[in-house]
Amino acid sequence: MSKIMVELQQVTKRYQIGANAVHALRGVSYSFKQGSFWAIMGQSGSGKSTLLNLLGCLDTPSSGHYLLNGQDVSGLDDGALSQIRLTHIGFIFQSFHLIPQLTVRQNIQLPLTYLGWDKVAADARADELAELVDLGGRLDHRPYELSGGQQQRVAIARSLANDPKLLLADEPTGNLDSATGQQVMRVLQDLNAQGKTILMVTHTPEIAKEAKSALHMLDGQIDRVEGEA
Amino acid sequence: MNWRLLEEVVTGFKTLWMHRLRSLLTILGIVFGVGSVVAMLAIGEGASEQTLAQIKELGSTNIIVYSDDSSLSVSQGEGVARFPIYGISYLDAERLKASFEGIRNFVAIKILNKDARLGRNQMSLRMMGVSQGWFNVVSRELVAGRILNQEDHAEGRAVCVLTEFAARQLLAGTSGIGEKIYIGDRLFEVVGIIASGANSAGSSMKSLDQTNDAYVPLETARMVYGDIYFDRSSSNTDRSMIELHQVILQMSDPALVPSAAAVVRRTMEMEHPQQDYQISVPLELLKQAEQTKRTFNVVLGSIAGISLLVGGIGIMNIMLASVTERTREIGIRRAIGASRQVVIRQFLIEAIILTVTGGIIGIGFGIVVPLAVEVFAGMPTRVPLYSIVLSLGISVLIGVLFGLYPAWKASQLDPIRALRHE
Repeated sequence: MSKIMVELQQVTKRYQIGANAVHALRGVSYSFKQGSFWAIMGQSGSGKSTLLNLLGCLDTPSSGHYLLNGQDVSGLDDGALSQIRLTHIGFIFQSFHLIPQLTVRQNIQLPLTYLGWDKVAADARADELAELVDLGGRLDHRPYELSGGQQQRVAIARSLANDPKLLLADEPTGNLDSATGQQVMRVLQDLNAQGKTILMVTHTPEIAKEAKSALHMLDGQIDRVEGEA
Repeated sequence: MNWRLLEEVVTGFKTLWMHRLRSLLTILGIVFGVGSVVAMLAIGEGASEQTLAQIKELGSTNIIVYSDDSSLSVSQGEGVARFPIYGISYLDAERLKASFEGIRNFVAIKILNKDARLGRNQMSLRMMGVSQGWFNVVSRELVAGRILNQEDHAEGRAVCVLTEFAARQLLAGTSGIGEKIYIGDRLFEVVGIIASGANSAGSSMKSLDQTNDAYVPLETARMVYGDIYFDRSSSNTDRSMIELHQVILQMSDPALVPSAAAVVRRTMEMEHPQQDYQISVPLELLKQAEQTKRTFNVVLGSIAGISLLVGGIGIMNIMLASVTERTREIGIRRAIGASRQVVIRQFLIEAIILTVTGGIIGIGFGIVVPLAVEVFAGMPTRVPLYSIVLSLGISVLIGVLFGLYPAWKASQLDPIRALRHE
């Protein structure tokens, strides 16, 4: 019986858009275990992006509780949430989101500079991560000098720099051709095999199949769950 | 400097370098602002230093009265053999000397321009008939022999003290002290040599002594040459009668100078309604010069303030544009875990890099321009260290001041929206 990494208790999220209140999440309760690999699926407007933002501590629930690794983070302020993101969470985005004026090495090291690592340690970590995602020779390149697949692997390396407990991926293969997308999925599967908990939003069933489990969202609620670990 | 700050500064530079033309244009306001301040301060400082040195040379406890014929209508060519009688009289001198307390030295001076010679050596001298006390008022180092003593004055001896400059020309190849030289058509024994004063040729303010001076007792000059002067330099012979050319009152304390100057002015006004004299009070000039400098600095400061304000607004403008352009980058950084303070810090660093770079380039201009002024216009300049330190400080301050709002705006962006920003 493995430990619970993410626990959602009656989480709701309302937005006020003009005079209308939009209920993006209508009471979501679920526990994601440590070492699981989930695909979060659903139509646009189903609440999957809102869910991912909440899970990534970029947003706070309107009501309910979110326990990350046992800690209730639902009521934390902006500074504390930044610290949680910095120490516990790794993000992988659809369009890579690398910073163009920085080299590959500097992009990978970005979380480490915020964490206050010294240069020697940060360089060693960048070397190690670049090796892991098979980009050893590209550390001094700029993002625009790399292919899409390579850029996404840099982004994965960056998301791993702080050794996060939780990896969140938002359509990680959305901007890649299917072969490259398969490579990226292979990397994610390896990471999962090494114990990382991964939650991945996608609307592509083929990609979702690469995860161990799938959670379907519909109208701000969990519709159904497949292959629970 | 820790690694992180260094990294942030390097990143800031790289980011700004990506838009180098824009960055350059942005900092021009700061460049010109700082450059003009440093340059004008250097020029002003040089000019006022020169003025102050000249005034100090005149002595801050002195009050100097000159005979001056510029107010007289010169009656030339009227056929009548008249000549002007003007200037300070011996009686005036006695009156001034007796009119108040606190005079440390009182010197009356008669000036005659004469040719001097010894054997084949020849030069034009300014013969100064001075009363006792001259060497206390204008103290130059004694090079050889002695200065004029009481007997010289009392007996009206034909003795003189030369400046080193005059001695080198006249006494070359002779034994020096004790030589008898001709000044005009009279023989004078050289009893002493003093160091030459500063060469004030070409400057707007005359110092009390000149390099080609010969000092003789006032009594001797009066006995030998009388009070009527012939100017043979022009084709027609001009004559004039002057008893004394200058009177110097040296006060024992600068605090006594203003009241003493008032007394001197009143005394002279009463006796000389025709205004054939001038009064120079170095202390007043000094105060005036300092006042002028203060005014100059206020004007300069206002110009600097305005141009730096404009420069700062330019920085703010471009930083706001940069924040908008880089919304996504801000979102990425926030998602990775950068706190609001970290974002503020990043944009502040960039603003400060801009203003300090502008400041440094401006200081460069501010040093080069005065150099050019010195070479081409012959004006003395001096870049005071404080102006460089001040400029750098102000550059940083402007960076902080005008960078703070854009940085704060960046920090307030919602990370989710910022990430979606195209």
